[in-house]
Amino acid sequence: MSGWLWAFLILAGLLAAAWAFRAAGTAVTKNRPYFRDMPFTVAFGYMVAVAAVAGGLWLWFQPGAVFFRWAVQFFVAAAIAAFLFRLVGRHVGPGVTRKAFRQMPLTASFGILAILVYAILAIFAPVLAPYGQSEVVGTVNMLPGGNPATGGDPAHPLGTDQIGRDLLSRLIYGAQNTVGIAFATTCIAFFLGGSLGFLAAIIGGWFDNILARLVDVLMAIPSLIFALLLMTIASAWAGSQQWQLTLYMVFIIAVIDSTRVFRLARAVGQNIVVMDYIEAAKLRGEGLGYLIFKEVLPNATAPLLAEFGLRFCFVFLTIAALSFLGVGIQPPLADWGTMVRDLAQFINFAAFSPLAAALPLMAAGAIALLTVAVNFVVDWMLHRSSGLKD
Amino acid sequence: MAEPLLKIRNLTLEGRSDEEWTQIVNGVDLDLHKGEVLGLIGESGAGKSTIGLAAMGFTRDGVRISDGSVEFDGIDLVNARMSVKRRLLGKRIAYVAQSAAASFNPAHKLIDQHTEAPVRHDVMSRKESEADAMELYAKLRLPNPEEIGFRFPHQVSGGQLQRAMTAMAMSCRPDLIIFDEPTTALDVTTQIEVLTAIRDIVEQFGTAAIYITHDLAVVAQMADRIKVLFRGDEVEEASTREMLDTPQEDYTRSLWAVRSFERPAKPAPTADAVPVISVSGIDASYGKTQVLHDVSFDIHEARTVAVVGESGSGKSTAARCITGLLPPTNGVIRLDGRDLPLDYRKRSKEQLRQVQMIYQMADTALNPRKTIGQILGRPIEFYRDIKGRARRREVEKLLDEVELPASEYIDRLPSELSGGQKQRIGIARALAAEPRFIICDEVTSALDQLVAESILKLLARLQDERKLSYMFITHDLATVRAIADEVVVMKDGEVVEQGPKTEMFTPPHHPYTDLLLSSVPEMDPDWLNRLLDERGRENIGDAAVDKMG
Repeated sequence: MSGWLWAFLILAGLLAAAWAFRAAGTAVTKNRPYFRDMPFTVAFGYMVAVAAVAGGLWLWFQPGAVFFRWAVQFFVAAAIAAFLFRLVGRHVGPGVTRKAFRQMPLTASFGILAILVYAILAIFAPVLAPYGQSEVVGTVNMLPGGNPATGGDPAHPLGTDQIGRDLLSRLIYGAQNTVGIAFATTCIAFFLGGSLGFLAAIIGGWFDNILARLVDVLMAIPSLIFALLLMTIASAWAGSQQWQLTLYMVFIIAVIDSTRVFRLARAVGQNIVVMDYIEAAKLRGEGLGYLIFKEVLPNATAPLLAEFGLRFCFVFLTIAALSFLGVGIQPPLADWGTMVRDLAQFINFAAFSPLAAALPLMAAGAIALLTVAVNFVVDWMLHRSSGLKD
Repeated sequence: MAEPLLKIRNLTLEGRSDEEWTQIVNGVDLDLHKGEVLGLIGESGAGKSTIGLAAMGFTRDGVRISDGSVEFDGIDLVNARMSVKRRLLGKRIAYVAQSAAASFNPAHKLIDQHTEAPVRHDVMSRKESEADAMELYAKLRLPNPEEIGFRFPHQVSGGQLQRAMTAMAMSCRPDLIIFDEPTTALDVTTQIEVLTAIRDIVEQFGTAAIYITHDLAVVAQMADRIKVLFRGDEVEEASTREMLDTPQEDYTRSLWAVRSFERPAKPAPTADAVPVISVSGIDASYGKTQVLHDVSFDIHEARTVAVVGESGSGKSTAARCITGLLPPTNGVIRLDGRDLPLDYRKRSKEQLRQVQMIYQMADTALNPRKTIGQILGRPIEFYRDIKGRARRREVEKLLDEVELPASEYIDRLPSELSGGQKQRIGIARALAAEPRFIICDEVTSALDQLVAESILKLLARLQDERKLSYMFITHDLATVRAIADEVVVMKDGEVVEQGPKTEMFTPPHHPYTDLLLSSVPEMDPDWLNRLLDERGRENIGDAAVDKMG
C-alpha cells in the first residue's frame, strides 16, 4: 500500500515541479515564447528527466549497483571516444568526409567508430589475438579482470572459458567468424531479394504475382523455426563436413532474409517505376538491366542502405541464436552466440560475484554493441538522405 | 479612414536553407480594410504564400518572422500567445489552401470537418452549424446541399471540394479569409464556377480577403486592389483597374505582356502531303472502360496540333496510344505513312527515336540521381552511338540549343535547377534523339507565366529550325492561341471539333468549344460579370458541361 502512496506522491511532486518550472522560466526570461508557450507535458518531461538524473546519482552510490556503474562508465567512455573521433574526422582527411563529420551527430560518430573497431578486429584477428581460438591455454573458468586477488590472471585479462581457452582471443576471433559470415549472408540476401524485387516491380503482371505469393508463403513461416528446421535437414546432408554446414547456413539464412528485402525492394521499386523518367527510358527502348541498375537502383539506395543495416543486425542475431541453439557455427570455431550459451550458467552468480557474471555478458555485449552501432549509423544515413530530398 | 482590419508593417521573413537563414521577404507593408479583397500576385518564389501565412501569424517550418509587425484588429499576431492565436484562427481568420483534396482529412465526412471549428469556438451548436453548412453549400451552388456534406472528400469532385473548403472557411463568418491559389489546380470550366462562388460569398458577408495567385486574369476578377511581388519585394500596389490600365513598373508590364505572344498561323499543308503522324479511328480502354472512341487526327511536318480538353477528356490517353504505352484496341497509327506497331515493345529503335515526349512535371521526368550530362548523354549514346568526349560535346551543343550555359549546368543534378530550367532539360532530352515528332504533355502548365512563355518561344524556334512536328496537349487556351496551327477539341474520349486555329477561334463553335472558350478568364475586371449576365449562373462550369450530356 505504501508503494502506491509513494508513487502517487512522486507523481504529484513532479507535476507541481513542472508547473513551478514553467512559471519560473516565464518570469526569469521575461515572457519569452519558449517558456510561455511550453505545453505542460513538455515541462513535465523536463522534470522527469531531472528526477531520472537524481535517481541515477543515488543509484551510483549504492554499493550493490556494480553493473550500473559499469554501464555509466562505459557510456561516458564511449561518448568521449565518439567525440574525439568526430573531432579528428573534422580536421583530417579529404573534404567530403570532413564535411560529413561536421554535420554528424555524436551517435553516428560512435557507430562509425565501433564498426571500424569491429572491422579491424575481424580483419586482423590472427595478429591481434594473443592466443589461438581453439587453443587451451590455462585453468578453466578464470574470472576476468586480470587481478590474481579476485581470481584472475594478467595473462588472460578477460578470463578463460569452461575448457580453459582465452576469452579475449575468442572474442576477437568471434568478430571474424560471426560478423564475417553475417556480412556475407546479408550481401547474398540483398543481391537475391533486391534484384528480384526490382524485377517484379518493373515487369509486374503474372511474374510479380507469382514471385510475391511465393515470398508470402516463405514469410508466413516463423523465420527462426524455419531456419532451425532447414538447418536440421542440412546437418544431415553435410555429415561431418563442418564448413559445408556453415555454407548451408549462409544460404538458408540468406534465402529466408531475402524475402524481406524482396518486399522492400518491390515496394520502393513500384513507387519509382511509375515515374516519368522510367517511362522515358522504356520508350527509348532500354533493356531490363539498364532500367534496374541505372534508373531504379540509384533512387532506391537510401531505403535499401537503411534496410541493409537493420537486416545485417537481424542476420547476425539469427546466426548467434542458431549457434546458441547448437546448429549454427560449429565448435571449435569461436562464435559469440556459442560463447554466450557455453558460459550462460555464470549469469546466476550476478548477485554476489559480478565478475563471474561478466563472462557470458562480454560476448552478449559484443553482439549488442555492434547492433546498436549499426543502427546509429543507419539512422543518421536515413536522416541525411531524407533531408537531401527536400 | 477607419483603422485597417489587417495592418502589416515592414514584414521581414527568413527561410533556412543549408543551415543558414536567408531573407525571403524583405519588409513588405500591407493594409486591408473590412470587406476588401486584395490580390497578391507574383511568380513562384515571390513570397506570396509565405506572406499569406504570416498574415495569420503563422510560418511554415524553416521560416521565421525576423522583423516587422502583423496587427489584426489591434492584436499583435507576431508576439501573441499561442492561446490567443488559437482563439482567432478558424474563427476570425480562415485559410483556403490550393489543393482542397490534400487539405481535407480523407477519413472524415465533409460536414464533420465543417462543423469542427464553429463548435470548438463556441459560435454555434453542432445542429446549428450543420444547418448553416447546408445553407452555405446552397449559396455556393453545390449540388444536393442537404446531402453533400455527408460524403467523404473522395466522393466529390475537385471543384466541389474547393467550394466545400470555402464554405468551411466561412463557417464561423470570419473577418478575413486567405485564399492561396484556390483555383490553380482546376479546369477552366470548374474554375469559373469556384470563382463565381467565392466572389458571391465574399460580397454577401462583407469578408475581407487576401487572394493569392499567379494568374492575372483571375485576380482581375476577384480583387479590389492588386499588389505585385517579386522575390520578396513589393513592386507596386494599386486598385485593380489602375493596375491593369496603367502599370507603373517594368516588371508589372512584363507580366501583363506575357499573354501577347502569338505566332502567326502557317499556311495549310498541301493536299498530297503525307502527315508525319496520322492517327485514324483509334479506340482505347483501361481494363473494361473504354476511354477513347474513334479518335482521328493528322499532324503534318513542322506543324503544331494542340489537343484541348478538360481533365478526363482523353487527351493524355491519346498521347499514350501514340507512344505505344497503351496499345489501342482498334485503329491505326502511321508514322510518315507507314504503319507503326501499336505496342512500343514491338517498335524498332529507329521508330522509337522518331517519336519523343516532353512531360508536364519536369520533376518526375528527370532521374534525380543523374547529372544533366548523363541524362542528355544517354539518348545520344543509345540512338546515335556517340561516346566519350564526342558525347559530351553533343550534350554541350544541346544545352546551347535550349539556351542554358553548358559549362555551368552539365554536371548539375536536376534538383539544382529551377522548374523552367528542368523543362528545358526535358526538351533537350527529346531533341537528343533527333526526332521528327514530339508530344508535349502540358509542358507549361506547371510553370509561371513568364517562364512558360519563354518555353513556348523556345519550342517555336526549335520547330522552325528542325522542322519538328508537335502534338501539344493542354487545357490552357491561351497557350493554344500562342503556339498551335491546328486544334483538336476532345471531350469524354471523343473528338468534338477539329480544324485550323483561325477557324477554331472564330464562331460558330461547337457548344462545348464555345463553353471552353468563354470560360477562359480575360484581363478585364468586368469579364466575369459580363459573362454571368450573358449566360446566367446556371450555364457555366460543370453544370453546363453536364447539360450538354
